[in-house]
Amino acid sequence: MSGLGIDASFLDLPFRHLADVALGRAADLGVTHADFRFERVRYQDLHVRDGSLLGTQDSSDVGFAVRVVHGGAWGFASGVVLTEAEARHVAERAVEVARVAAAMTTVPVELADEPVYADVSWTSPYEIDPLEVPVAEKVALLVDFTERLRAHDVVGHATAGLRQVRENKFYADLAGTRTTQQRVRLMPEVTAMGADAERGIFDSMTSIAPPVGRGWEYLVGRPGAGGWDWDAELAEMPDLLAEKLRAPSVEAGTYDLVIHPSNLWLTIHESIGHATELDRALGYEANYAGTSFATYDQLGSLQYGSPVMNVTGDRTAPHGLASIGWDDEGVATQSWDIVKDGVLVGYQLDRVMGRQKPELNDGRSNGCAYADSPGHIPIQRMANVSLQPDPDGPSTEGLIERVERGIYVVGDKSWSIDMQRYNFQFTGQRFYKIEDGRLAGQLRDVAYQATTTDFWGSMEAVGGPETYVLGGAFNCGKAQPGQVASVSHGCPTALFRGVRILNTGEEAGK
Amino acid sequence: MTTSPTPQELVERALEASRSDDAVVIVRTTSSANLRWANNTLTTNGEMSGIQVSVLAFDRRGDGVAVGSVTSAASDLAEVLSLVELADAAARAADVADDAADLVSGVAAPDWAEPPARTSIGVYDAVAPALGTAFGTAGGGGRVLYGFVDHEVATVYVGSTTGLRLRHVQPTGHWACTAKPTSLDQSAWVGGATRDFTDVDPVAFEAELTRRLGWGSRRVDLPAGRYDTVLPPTSTADLMIYLLWISGALDAHDGQSVWSRPGGGTRVGEQVAAPGVRLHSAPAYPGLEAVPFVHTTASSESASVFDNGLPIVPTDWIRDGVLTSLLTSRHSARVTGLPVNPAPDNLVLDVAGGEGMTEDLVAGTERGLLVTSLWYIRVVDPQSMLLTGLTRDGVYLVEGGEITGLVTNFRFNESPVDLLNRFSHAGATELSFSREWGDYFSRTATPALRIPDFNMSSVSQAQ
Repeated sequence: MSGLGIDASFLDLPFRHLADVALGRAADLGVTHADFRFERVRYQDLHVRDGSLLGTQDSSDVGFAVRVVHGGAWGFASGVVLTEAEARHVAERAVEVARVAAAMTTVPVELADEPVYADVSWTSPYEIDPLEVPVAEKVALLVDFTERLRAHDVVGHATAGLRQVRENKFYADLAGTRTTQQRVRLMPEVTAMGADAERGIFDSMTSIAPPVGRGWEYLVGRPGAGGWDWDAELAEMPDLLAEKLRAPSVEAGTYDLVIHPSNLWLTIHESIGHATELDRALGYEANYAGTSFATYDQLGSLQYGSPVMNVTGDRTAPHGLASIGWDDEGVATQSWDIVKDGVLVGYQLDRVMGRQKPELNDGRSNGCAYADSPGHIPIQRMANVSLQPDPDGPSTEGLIERVERGIYVVGDKSWSIDMQRYNFQFTGQRFYKIEDGRLAGQLRDVAYQATTTDFWGSMEAVGGPETYVLGGAFNCGKAQPGQVASVSHGCPTALFRGVRILNTGEEAGK
Repeated sequence: MTTSPTPQELVERALEASRSDDAVVIVRTTSSANLRWANNTLTTNGEMSGIQVSVLAFDRRGDGVAVGSVTSAASDLAEVLSLVELADAAARAADVADDAADLVSGVAAPDWAEPPARTSIGVYDAVAPALGTAFGTAGGGGRVLYGFVDHEVATVYVGSTTGLRLRHVQPTGHWACTAKPTSLDQSAWVGGATRDFTDVDPVAFEAELTRRLGWGSRRVDLPAGRYDTVLPPTSTADLMIYLLWISGALDAHDGQSVWSRPGGGTRVGEQVAAPGVRLHSAPAYPGLEAVPFVHTTASSESASVFDNGLPIVPTDWIRDGVLTSLLTSRHSARVTGLPVNPAPDNLVLDVAGGEGMTEDLVAGTERGLLVTSLWYIRVVDPQSMLLTGLTRDGVYLVEGGEITGLVTNFRFNESPVDLLNRFSHAGATELSFSREWGDYFSRTATPALRIPDFNMSSVSQAQ
């Protein structure tokens, strides 16, 4: 499956010549490794509020970076002036940075081997490039979304936003790899807000349509053929909001949870995705994003969750936000097991990690290096990390039927986890009381709190393939300087036993 | 040989080239250098430079004004002229903007002709060798260091067809370091903001980290619960920044924030914090000097592209415990009936009568906790502004005014609005650095606060 082909206006840019100049200069200065990355990332953001356009913004990030290993140390520099002289200058600056760094580098930098890909290209699968659709058409759609919501009395205000990205990258290194790639992604979000004057409360209801690696067809296409069912979602949101405003406050305690993929993707992201990044497990994020409880010595023995837990890392999944052909170190992307039958069996790697742990993936990176702009250094970033469904698993209704006293959780909202990925707390868009296997109306003020291995250990069952949804995020943050990355997480609906539920009103002392 | 045009030339040529009724051009040059380390060795590092040009075109019609906003890295005239064409076309294709207003007018500022300011890896000429020394000291003492230093100098130029020619240079630097013993069973953190790194000493911060790790020689397990808790200025900054960020007037007016008045309107004018509490911003605050005018490329709930060049003036958000201002553009000020108060890039919390430092508040605590660092703070309930988050890298038991041991980490659930009512003691305001947000919002001054009943909702095993 392929997209529309690489944008000709990107191919017209002088990246190949700049790469030759920069890499040649780095080689002349005696580096043992050099790579060159040229990027153009185009963004368009649209914001609509209560039927009016709040703002539009077109922006792009264009530039190039040179990364070297010299004297056993990393050196990195970047620039935006697309001239031969600047390419040479940036290469020289990268080597100079490596010289400064060498005095503080006590472990020489080594990279895992990777085959050479002489001149290859890749595009993500999509039908309509969103950046080629007239802005007026897109704004009209978002205006219509908010107006449909505001037609209901319960909705006081409605907002709709759409972020669109088209990312082009060219990578070259001294070994001879040359990759040219393009992908698009979309993040729509619609919110209805309302208040209950009698109870003195307000609340909101946000769409559960996930961000995706698809084109404009996601907004206007037929459901099941690349499109999200916006008509259905927008039609039910006001009533769901009205019910939420009327709902009773939850009684804090321990409940069985049935969690929909629109919520569970985020729990996977925080408690599995980040915890199985090997750079974190080895301490390289300790000062900022934190380390991991899933330390390397527990590979093959850590009981991460129950036996029904099977998690994969995958940078090849169609429409995945982290999917690409080759990563930012020229490594062909792959899929692999992270948790098998509940046991930790794998990590996410870049080329430095691959060299450090040659027993993993045959000493090769599994393609998880990424930089969010030409001005940033590639670091180990998350693959699409997904919980696999049970091929013979039940439907969501079948899982709910198994619960005597519980809560069904839909949609994500607030999230937080500690710096080693043990203790987390999540809220959601909607919480339904489950009584004797049936839904019994919404609840308010709900948050669930657990420790990672307790939570995944309490997972009794996962749903069948028909319950599987590819969720995800545009805004995963990591590293210093801070970078953001987009990543998808697929999962089925799943059943958890005995999870702690907080009443957020009581937590606030009310 | 050709030379690159100056930012001022890019602004002037873009304004000349625009076919729209009005235009604003913003050029932002950046220069930065960083070093990052872990496991007592450097891991990544770099020197980056960039230039971003934003062209905002304004198309006036009978029913209003439409705006086109295009931003890109652009360093030559051809690229900038291409941006102008795109912005003009975007404005012609756009609907009229709700936030339309007269553009801010002005004249050339005295420093308009000055070139961009820059930094380089050389800013660490003194820091780098000292860092190498610190690695050696730490390694020899059975400790591991992890950290980051970053220095960026941004120069922004704003020009408009209504005469504005504004320039501002913003140096932003910060440093932070985490230390662990080789057993990895505890952790300590220090960090701070700086403008030029002349005041950063890795040897000194390594020594302070060693002192803090020493507090961990005694370990105490405590259950979740409410504790008398001392928040040092860095933790207070974590919470106050979030308080500022949720203080948009439009959200409050729409009934969607803690600053919403039940039944409609905002809580401006209400007593929301203890008497004597003052939360304020001022671009010229000593040590926290920040950009004094609006420069924005997109309109939002609390910003407007029509406000480019508008002065950011000293503003009290809370004065003597009374909510006095919320974040507004001229547009949201009109909608809400509040004064115009654009978003600032610094924040100060003062408490009348506050004196002493963290150590003084600790000395006055009979039994409680010292929480040196907060993390992963998120809104749980906007109505009460309930935040959740965690302690990290150093929670210490205080007994009889002394630090007597290391305590496990906790998840907290608390509202900063409540905290500003419930604190029992406040220190003097000092320059501070938010652990969680400091990489993005580093210009804060806050006091240490002592909270008599801080809600530690559960224990975190992280260490």
